[in-house]
Amino acid sequence: MTIATEVEKSESKLVPWTSRLQKMPWWALILVLLGLLVAYFIFVSPTYQDAFFFLVSGVRLTILVSVVSFVAALIFGLVLGMGRVSKNVVFYTISSLYVEVVRGIPILVLLIYFAYVLTPFSLMLLNALGDVMLRNVAIAPLMGFAERLASLNIQDVDMLVRAIIGLAFAYAAFEAEVFRAGIQSIERGQMEAARSLGMSYFQGMRYIILPQAIRRVLPPLGNDFISMLKDSSLISVLAVRELTHLGKLNRARTFRTFETWNTVAFLYLILTLSLSVLVKFMERRMAFDE
Amino acid sequence: MSSKIHDEGSPGAVEPLPTDDDIIIIEHAYKSFGKTQALIDASLRVKRGEVCLIFGPSGGGKSTLLRCINHLERSDSGTIIVDGIPVSDAKTNIDLVRAEVGMVFQLFNLFPHLTVLGNVTIAQEKVRGRSKAEAEQVARQLLERVGIPEKVDAYPGQLSGGQKQRVAIARALAMNPKIMLFDEPTSALDPEMIKEVLDVMLDLAKEGMTMVVVSHEMGFAKAAADRMVFLEGGRVVEEGSPEELFSSPKEDRTKSFLSQILE
Repeated sequence: MTIATEVEKSESKLVPWTSRLQKMPWWALILVLLGLLVAYFIFVSPTYQDAFFFLVSGVRLTILVSVVSFVAALIFGLVLGMGRVSKNVVFYTISSLYVEVVRGIPILVLLIYFAYVLTPFSLMLLNALGDVMLRNVAIAPLMGFAERLASLNIQDVDMLVRAIIGLAFAYAAFEAEVFRAGIQSIERGQMEAARSLGMSYFQGMRYIILPQAIRRVLPPLGNDFISMLKDSSLISVLAVRELTHLGKLNRARTFRTFETWNTVAFLYLILTLSLSVLVKFMERRMAFDE
Repeated sequence: MSSKIHDEGSPGAVEPLPTDDDIIIIEHAYKSFGKTQALIDASLRVKRGEVCLIFGPSGGGKSTLLRCINHLERSDSGTIIVDGIPVSDAKTNIDLVRAEVGMVFQLFNLFPHLTVLGNVTIAQEKVRGRSKAEAEQVARQLLERVGIPEKVDAYPGQLSGGQKQRVAIARALAMNPKIMLFDEPTSALDPEMIKEVLDVMLDLAKEGMTMVVVSHEMGFAKAAADRMVFLEGGRVVEEGSPEELFSSPKEDRTKSFLSQILE
């Protein structure tokens, strides 16, 4: 008995040392080393330097597109998410249809479809509306507006705008589901308490349900923002000069394939990893608060 | 139906006639959840200032009946009139009725993202349109009255069950309701916390608040209730004054149920 406990004791002294070694985040260390390696190359190698300075201007656009699209997707997604939990049949049906259709189509296809089918189609409709107004409405202040509508050209809609709106529409469907889950995770009694105090359904949503639901879905929203940042590379097919498109251009310009795509991957990793650290921090704070 | 004159001699046995005194009138209410019949031809009248205690076995429709009063539950058929307003009428703006009817829940349902003060002020500001300062003044007075003035800045997660329920009562009272509904207010509490909540309710009853209470606290019933209603299987089995029901219940079922919980 005593021997056994002594063996256990000596083992338990050993365990922390080895387990600590095992628990080290080796992957993070390797990642940092790789990052340092690329940074070193950028610092010393002229070809890497060339690629880096050419590509870094694309980072700005990648961030801009991601942020603007994501904010738009959040607003639209919140409306759709409320539709998904709504008892109003029309609101619920439209929201559900949208979510199911958009989630069922690859984002790349959605982007192309929006940019080359929906946008021209909407412009055609606007042109037709302008024509009708010009012919039938003889109100002076409206004439300028009608002429503007009738003369709208497909080139007036910048590819960057189409890309941002396309991404926002695609992601709205995902955010809608996040918001729906968040709203449904709040106990039924919360809305009942709000209603029993005389609040309307929308007051209950606004002051009681949504503040709690949004807090709960902040970590998944953060993860979706990281996904959005990565998926913004898809808009390179619309020739928007973001990071990935600049990568293609740089390779065509210099024929330096390795340097180009190493640097592109490096820049994306810096963005996504720093964001995921932020999300982890947020998650921990949320867990602590609850 | 016996005449009113006939009952004059025995206090507490006044026949509920439809008068302006009746602040809550429920007539022939039916409600089913799927195949379960929660309410079958349930009728109830509560007078202004009366304390009415609803009791009975679980699944008997007590909570459903209570929740029909402020329309948290929609009755399938029947008439429900609260302070002269037909709650069961689809044209009624139910929010206006609910603002006059406070409700206290078994599981408190405090708003966890707001402080105690926020819990008690939010509906005052958003529904009653009171200013922040006015709402806070009302809230502080009420929190004083329920005995936890020191907790104004705490969050519900930091309170004990009894404290939570007292905040919930203050939250409902802050709207200056004409009626207070209590849905098993002490069922989720530890024994030593039940008293602090019941004391607040007793005070409220003494002040003449109209109260409908779903509870098995027979001590509270004896001390404060004007009338007791025994509900089983969705039907009102028996109703009467506490003296009547405790000493000489008419129905055998009431007798056996009471003897069980009074043991």
